[in-house]
Amino acid sequence: MRAAVIVFPGSNCDRDLAEAFKAAGAEVDMVWHKDTALPDSVDIIGIPGGFSFGDYLRCGAIAANSPICQAVKAHADAGGYVLGICNGFQVLTETGLLPGALLRNAGLKFVCRNERLTVATEDSAYTRGYSTGDEITIPVAHHDGNYMATPDVLAQLSAEDRIAFQYCDTPNGSMHDIAGILSANRRVLGMMPHPERAADLGHGGTDGARLFAHLTESLVAA
Amino acid sequence: MKAKVTVMLKTGVLDPQGEAVRHALGGMGFDGVEAVRQGKVIELDLADGTDQATIGEMCEKLLANTVIESYEIEVL
Repeated sequence: MRAAVIVFPGSNCDRDLAEAFKAAGAEVDMVWHKDTALPDSVDIIGIPGGFSFGDYLRCGAIAANSPICQAVKAHADAGGYVLGICNGFQVLTETGLLPGALLRNAGLKFVCRNERLTVATEDSAYTRGYSTGDEITIPVAHHDGNYMATPDVLAQLSAEDRIAFQYCDTPNGSMHDIAGILSANRRVLGMMPHPERAADLGHGGTDGARLFAHLTESLVAA
Repeated sequence: MKAKVTVMLKTGVLDPQGEAVRHALGGMGFDGVEAVRQGKVIELDLADGTDQATIGEMCEKLLANTVIESYEIEVL
């Protein structure tokens, strides 16, 4: 499996994400935001956490309009896989690849701690290593993770089983305790928690490693 | 020419920052502040003759996230 990790000015989880992909057996290319094309035969694009462009204007807004994002959109539109974590989730909502928006945390504070999550669906390449209803521990570190969408969108996400992860105890005020959602074709996942920070025993937890391991397995098989 | 774009969270979208400001004003003794909404003002210095539609496109594509925000354009 070949992964491309996009790097924006202000990305700070790009290398962690690359390591998590590599540990799961993927080859990884780092792709600078000014590039206009992805490397050939990329299976999945990772959009990492961080503070792209200093979070100026809105989190992810400027990154979503950077040159490489046209290629990211084209990849997703062609049925490709995209994983956006934290700032990457914000970028995916700003590009319109995922619905809704991420607002300032309801408590106004930056929240950085381990969170208990429920796996809300095992029906995706990302979550098939878990069982629906599993509780896992993954760290969060964000100031703007308060997921908001219109009632219609929320109903659609529920009806189509597109909520991937929910907080057991929401740290940010997200509607429906949403921590991560899938696209309609289930190939684009955006999530605020950081599975790449729970992917090695040295991290203090490995609940995130399963996401990368099973993702690699699915994409190699595909 | 100059244009001023005012971006506000849509009605109904929770504004925790505005709420914190309201709370602080109350704590300072300013009674009767029933609600505070915080937004942003963006000033654009534009080539003369830039039409309203182009500014609207800037708002739709970048300056506002229309999922959560509304905008108003004022050509100065």
